Amino acid sequence: MSETVLSLNDLHKRFGALQATRGVSLDLQEGEIHALIGPNGAGKSTLIGQIAGSLAPDQGSVHLAGREITRLSVAQRARLGLGRSFQVSSLAEPLSVMRNVMIGVQALQGHSFRFWKPVYRDESLLAPAREALERMQLLHRADTPVSELSHGERRQVEVACALALKPRALLLDEPMAGLGPEGTARLTELLEALKLEVPILLIEHDMEAVFRLADRISVLVAGSIIAHGDSVTIRQDPQVREAYLGD
Amino acid sequence: MDKLKNDSAPPGLPAIPATWFDRKGLVQIGLLALLLLAPLAAYLLGHVYYVNLGSRITLIAMAAVGLNLAIGYGGMVSFGHAAYFGLGGYVAGISAYHAFDYSPFLSWPIAIPGSDSMLVIWLATILLCGLLALAIGAISLRTTGVYFIMITLAFAQMVYYFANSWPSYGGEDGLPIYLRNTLPLVDTGRPLTFFLLCFAGLLLAMAITSRMMKSRFGAALTMARLNDTRLATAGISPYPVRLVAFVVSAMITGLAGALYADLNGFVSPTLLSWHMSGELMVIVILGGVGRLYGPLAGALLFVMMETLLGGLTEYWKLFLGLVLLFVVLFAKHGLMGWLAGREPHV
Repeated sequence: MSETVLSLNDLHKRFGALQATRGVSLDLQEGEIHALIGPNGAGKSTLIGQIAGSLAPDQGSVHLAGREITRLSVAQRARLGLGRSFQVSSLAEPLSVMRNVMIGVQALQGHSFRFWKPVYRDESLLAPAREALERMQLLHRADTPVSELSHGERRQVEVACALALKPRALLLDEPMAGLGPEGTARLTELLEALKLEVPILLIEHDMEAVFRLADRISVLVAGSIIAHGDSVTIRQDPQVREAYLGD
Repeated sequence: MDKLKNDSAPPGLPAIPATWFDRKGLVQIGLLALLLLAPLAAYLLGHVYYVNLGSRITLIAMAAVGLNLAIGYGGMVSFGHAAYFGLGGYVAGISAYHAFDYSPFLSWPIAIPGSDSMLVIWLATILLCGLLALAIGAISLRTTGVYFIMITLAFAQMVYYFANSWPSYGGEDGLPIYLRNTLPLVDTGRPLTFFLLCFAGLLLAMAITSRMMKSRFGAALTMARLNDTRLATAGISPYPVRLVAFVVSAMITGLAGALYADLNGFVSPTLLSWHMSGELMVIVILGGVGRLYGPLAGALLFVMMETLLGGLTEYWKLFLGLVLLFVVLFAKHGLMGWLAGREPHV
């Protein structure tokens, strides 16, 4: 039995009259990709907010590597090893790819209040950042400003930024969104290799990618998980077919 | 193209301008030379007035270097930096006042005498401006955008009205400094010597800014300005990074204020008013927001306009307004962007 890295226990979140999350529990095991799917308005973004730390749940808890992180800030969770990417990429556009990735390495080392040594010749920052870029096959773009990258490349930079944190778990919010078939195939391949080192909680709309990548799938509808299992189980679940797959 | 670049340097090393003799380097040397040589020439020709004008430009530029750190590098649009400029001025004034008539500044619970030593005054200025900025920043940085602008303005106005209504140090009439404060081995009373002192202060402030922005702290501050979600997601809380930058920014502006009071031999609540905050902001925008030499270029233009046009008409600010309008509309990167080109990506 593999080890649980990230677990959500009975999370609830309400906005006024809207119960956006109702009793969600799920976990992420070492070495797997666990996909979370659900139609628009199912409460995926609210759930991600509670995992990443930008939203506080009304009830329930979140654990990362055995430690409770329910009340920790986004930055504290990141330092404990939660890497994430965003649905709409969130990078510093005018800066080079390298500088975007380096900030993660810097955070990992925890020395952001150093005022003297220039970062551009600090090998202790550059080397790990290069390594993260190499993993995402982006080293050749290291010096390019993010604003000049293609959409697919930005997706890869986001994942590289998350990797620079040496994360225990990755939370990827629709990494395939807006990618062409070629980009999707490429990213699918990269994630497949990656999951052996870092387990991934994947929120994704692209069903083909989900069914190919995910070891387990949870289906979120109207704030609760209605089905859970491997891709075969999910494909055949009548409730899921009705609510989500549209037949 | 990319391939060529990768052959010559290891990937991931941002290209750092290696030479002083490109367009940007020449503009920067030109600005420094103008600021240094014009007062020297004026001194040789016996025009002390222009030496003091050079000191004035230098100190306004130094104050704006401080503000530029907050606005340009940190993305914190402070409309209350006059509080630190004026506080620095009052430290110099009050300290000199007590040193002049041998009265203590405080006699209880501890005895603090006045002092006419600039070193003591600078240390006190750095300390007090740092503390004031820590308090104001700690509260203001919980807000962003227009609210941040307004709350920094509100705090600065509080300091202004406090100075205005406190009679011990002249209230709204201000406080004269009869004898310029002193430094060991340096005759600060000589205009040219004092100018060189101010010039050294400006260079130091710019060097600190430049070095700091290349460091890890600068990398974090830059990311806090460009995308604070990315910074937090990487695991660095933006708030303390911004707060430290805000405090350093206030210290630089405060030191300029202390020297400014010594230059004029006078300090009054005018230094604390929102007009002063606005002037510093205009200078930063004129020169180029977030450009190292921007405050210098902005202060040169601003004070020259004030002196030349102000001599012709008391409505000179109308022309200042037109120039500002032109810069904001057509030269968005300020004088430095216009003269030296846009900053390369790093």
